[in-house]
Amino acid sequence: MITSLSWLKNHLSTKANLKQVVERLTEIGLEVESIKSPDSSLDNFTICKIIKSQKHPNADKLKICEVDIGKGNLVKVVCGAQNAIDGLFTVYAPPGAIIPKTKIKLKIAKIRGIESFGMLCSGNELDQSSDVDGIIELNKKDKNIGDKYFKNSSEEVIDISITPNRPDCLGIRGIARDLAASGLGHLKKQPPIKINQKFKQPIKVSIINEKNNGCAVFGSVYIKNVVNKESPDWLKKRIVSLGLKPISAIVDITNYIMFDLNRPLHAYDADKINKEIIVRNSKKGETFEALDNKKYLLDNDMCAITDKSGVLGLGGIIGGTRSGTEFSTKNILLESAYFYPSEIRKTAKKLNIDTDAKYRFERGIDPNSIKIGLELAMCMVLDICGGEASKLSFAGKFKTKNKSIELNYDKFLNIIGFAITSSEIKKILTSLGCEIKSGKKSIKVYPPSWRPDIKQDIDLIEELIRIKGYKKIPLINPEKENIKETLNNRQKLFHFSQRAVAAKGFIEAVTWSFTDSKVDNYFSELKNEIRLSNPISNDLDVLRSSLYSNLMISAKKNIHRNFEDLMLFEIGPVFTGKEPGKQTTMIGAIKTGKHSRKNWIEKERNFDVFDIKGDVLRTLTEIGIDSQKISISNKTKKWYHPGRSGLISLGSSNGPELAYFGEIHPSIIKKLDLKVETVLGFEIFLDNIPESRKKIREIKPQFIVSDYQKVIRDFAFVIDGKINSGEIINIVKNTDKVLIKNVKIFDIYQGENIESGKKSIAFSVTFEPKEKTLSEEDIEKVSKNIISSVQKETGATLRS
Amino acid sequence: MENFNQIEKDILDKIKSIKNRNSYDSVKTEIFGKKGILTELFKKIGSLDQDQRKEFASRLNSLKTKVTEILEKKLNDFNQLEIDKKLKNENLDVTLPGRTYFSGKIHPVSQVIDEVTSIFSEIGFSVEEGPDVENEYYNFSALNTPENHPARDMHDTFYLEQSKDLLLRTHTSPVQIRTMLKGKPPFKIIAPGRTYRCDSDQTHSPMFHQLEGLHIGKNINMGHLKGCLYYFVKKFFEVEKVKIRFRPSHFPFTEPSAEVDIGYKIENGQIKVGDGDKWLEVLGCGMVHPNVLKNAKVNPKQYQGYAFGVGLDRLAMLKYGINDLRAFFESDIRWLEFYGFDPLDVPTNYRGLSR
Repeated sequence: MITSLSWLKNHLSTKANLKQVVERLTEIGLEVESIKSPDSSLDNFTICKIIKSQKHPNADKLKICEVDIGKGNLVKVVCGAQNAIDGLFTVYAPPGAIIPKTKIKLKIAKIRGIESFGMLCSGNELDQSSDVDGIIELNKKDKNIGDKYFKNSSEEVIDISITPNRPDCLGIRGIARDLAASGLGHLKKQPPIKINQKFKQPIKVSIINEKNNGCAVFGSVYIKNVVNKESPDWLKKRIVSLGLKPISAIVDITNYIMFDLNRPLHAYDADKINKEIIVRNSKKGETFEALDNKKYLLDNDMCAITDKSGVLGLGGIIGGTRSGTEFSTKNILLESAYFYPSEIRKTAKKLNIDTDAKYRFERGIDPNSIKIGLELAMCMVLDICGGEASKLSFAGKFKTKNKSIELNYDKFLNIIGFAITSSEIKKILTSLGCEIKSGKKSIKVYPPSWRPDIKQDIDLIEELIRIKGYKKIPLINPEKENIKETLNNRQKLFHFSQRAVAAKGFIEAVTWSFTDSKVDNYFSELKNEIRLSNPISNDLDVLRSSLYSNLMISAKKNIHRNFEDLMLFEIGPVFTGKEPGKQTTMIGAIKTGKHSRKNWIEKERNFDVFDIKGDVLRTLTEIGIDSQKISISNKTKKWYHPGRSGLISLGSSNGPELAYFGEIHPSIIKKLDLKVETVLGFEIFLDNIPESRKKIREIKPQFIVSDYQKVIRDFAFVIDGKINSGEIINIVKNTDKVLIKNVKIFDIYQGENIESGKKSIAFSVTFEPKEKTLSEEDIEKVSKNIISSVQKETGATLRS
Repeated sequence: MENFNQIEKDILDKIKSIKNRNSYDSVKTEIFGKKGILTELFKKIGSLDQDQRKEFASRLNSLKTKVTEILEKKLNDFNQLEIDKKLKNENLDVTLPGRTYFSGKIHPVSQVIDEVTSIFSEIGFSVEEGPDVENEYYNFSALNTPENHPARDMHDTFYLEQSKDLLLRTHTSPVQIRTMLKGKPPFKIIAPGRTYRCDSDQTHSPMFHQLEGLHIGKNINMGHLKGCLYYFVKKFFEVEKVKIRFRPSHFPFTEPSAEVDIGYKIENGQIKVGDGDKWLEVLGCGMVHPNVLKNAKVNPKQYQGYAFGVGLDRLAMLKYGINDLRAFFESDIRWLEFYGFDPLDVPTNYRGLSR
């Protein structure tokens, strides 16, 4: 909403200056977004100094001037004036400036082969004098190079951001009323209107009473024998200050009243109305051409202003070209109506129209402003365009719900935290236009018709503190007492695992929850993708079903910038269905490139599956998974390399899935054009991590130190190449769960001396006796058990 | 009685003649070996008379101690010599880089979520969450924003296909409703999370992060709201004094509503928060509207309180001097490494929020 101090002063008698007004506006909730001079086409003309002028090589009468235009900028300008001499202060017009006299827009141009960047101006060209001899000569004393030549004489305008609850402040009088209530002056009374209205409004107006009717009241006045013309200067200036274009006196007057009183009006060329006006619901298929020069196809139940020939306009939204006023218009009909906000909004949304009138009606117009709006506009038309006005006519009726609100005096204290007196309550509410009936403990408040937002006592409390000033709210220091633990176990897990993964060297990315369906499909098992109906672009069209989708897109961008050694992760939601809550929290991490690229001390090698396996296992054990209960199998998902990936699950391979890890499927890497050989990744299902009710200290067994020496023995077998080493470890461990503390594989070999299809596997077993030191015989015994178990269950042979 | 002086002299001469480790070992054997000089003398003790035995043994023992000490020293000298010789050839260029290690980082938004959680934890708030996909009711209607309310225009909403009811939450406020519906007052919660608006330009990202706050009790008033937010802003920016401005505003779900601005100035091209004559809007807040309490099955005659919403990305930008919001979500490794935090930097009250 745009206003200015002088316009405000039409309604407010105040001694306050602009700065005070602006400060107060923000303090009472009418946030000032900016104060600015209206743009002027004359702003381009600046003061400059000719540094040096030389004769044009190709023209006797022309000069090439080197001109200082301020801020250290020098430009070359070709000039024909005799007085363009070194050191002269004059007026510069840059390319793009429009010369007032000729209305020609300047361009960078070659004049006789020399490029001229703008022009130096004469008084005649600037419409200031008839002096055609030479360019303007300025007194150098009081001139700053680069300053605007034309002082901007138009008043500064105040741009206020009006919240949707305050339609009344979409009129300048409403803003003035708030300022007055806050103590910054007095609201002026509207002068009484006395016009001799002799004849009856000749055009019949009727509102069809039907379901979903959008119009409550249609007020009108007929003015005959007007002379439409350009608006007088004062009115044009006001219209321009609003950022609008002056059109004609009649249109400008309706706009003026709309901004002045928040009272939208519409002017019809009365001679173009076919017989009568009927306000009714539109029927599907009806069309009309609106004042924005677009043709609209109407649906059922839109509030249409019609005549015998069809639709004239959409009530409260936009008028039609058929009945629009022109300079030739002789007789006009002015409309001032009340349209229901929700009907306006529905129609405007369907047709995608936004107008100043619609913006106001959908927020709620003062139904009692119908008459005053008509009267004021009528007076202005008679004033400017002459003519003769009819009596006012009103069709329909506004069912006033003049409901009262009961406000307890102590409610303010309860909500705000300090007390105000009942007389202050009354004073503030009255100044805002409320009517009040006092009681002992409470008052009855009748809010004014222009405040549809005031519905209950809490709204009155807001009015009171708003006008009183938020500065007065006391500051009560917070209590440092917890009702509940800050984080629940799930949330703790989230934060712990986030940092656990980062501690492995992964860099956290936060990516959008939506992604490219083409990429997401590679990593999805959903039957139906979750599509957005209005994505910001086609490649962000679905909610992600995997963290890999965006991580891969990010990886690609980085790799294509030559950052090919990457460790990225994200922790966050992935979506499993459309309904709220169909989402799970995951960690996704990827690793690509080399572990030690061109390294003087380490052998250069690619990251591999066992790097990523180490990362994920360490993370899982850090977040509290008992490594004894982890099962690792080669179950996998379609987006992994089938032979180089696995599942980490709890208890057994059929237990709850904790994580997948491995190499991303090479064909996906290829299709995504990642320009790397392999990408490794893991996904942790955070929601599957069991929630331990007990603290670690409660789960841990007692600490017992064994006094007996531990013993390590190495074994080597040749086994079928398809047997997983995990199986062997389990077999070995199961031979003596008490004595065997650890089984560690230290060598895997396939090749020379080993039958093809078989492999050699070597591992060391740690025995930790608890009761006595192991004798050679004891060790011999348990070793034999190990060998025979492995042989029996896998068909392995002991390697000699 | 043996001539101990002569024996000692002989032995010391032998030791003196030691030139290297090998001769050391043979000399040691000559003295202490099975048939060594001192060994032989010890064997003698048993055959001596009672009166001679004591003196003999005593002299022999002190000789043994002396010889042992001298030999030990000799050995140490040899060892030291050997080490010194070895060290002369062991020179590393320690300026060469060490073995590869990888430094992970925590995203600034995550870090800021941890920071604000730490602050609110101090004053009794616990953390709640809600789903990213919401329906119209929780996102708008329950929050006193009925259909066809112009306030809905302020939220450019993402909808799911084939469903007018399902949307991506435009703010974290639905968590207020969900929290109140599943529990009983009092409530004192914060809810950080992802929020979405279909708006994308230099200063808007289609996804951003908000922190919702809700405090409902028997007599929680606007003074508590002011106190809470002053506390938060001061702690978050880690400054002694902050200029804060409470300004009336409007949100359908709070009444009265306020926006909070903080003072700032530009110093050397960087925003300095806390002082200065410029104002920057950082959050919206207010007393929870009675209609919202009713929708959440809380009796507004008995309970009241405040709610607030903060843009977390915005806070991160202000505190850590980040200019471009869009860069947060672009995953440029250079940006993430530059603005990211060490995983060990866990914001806490006792160690300080940030280093």
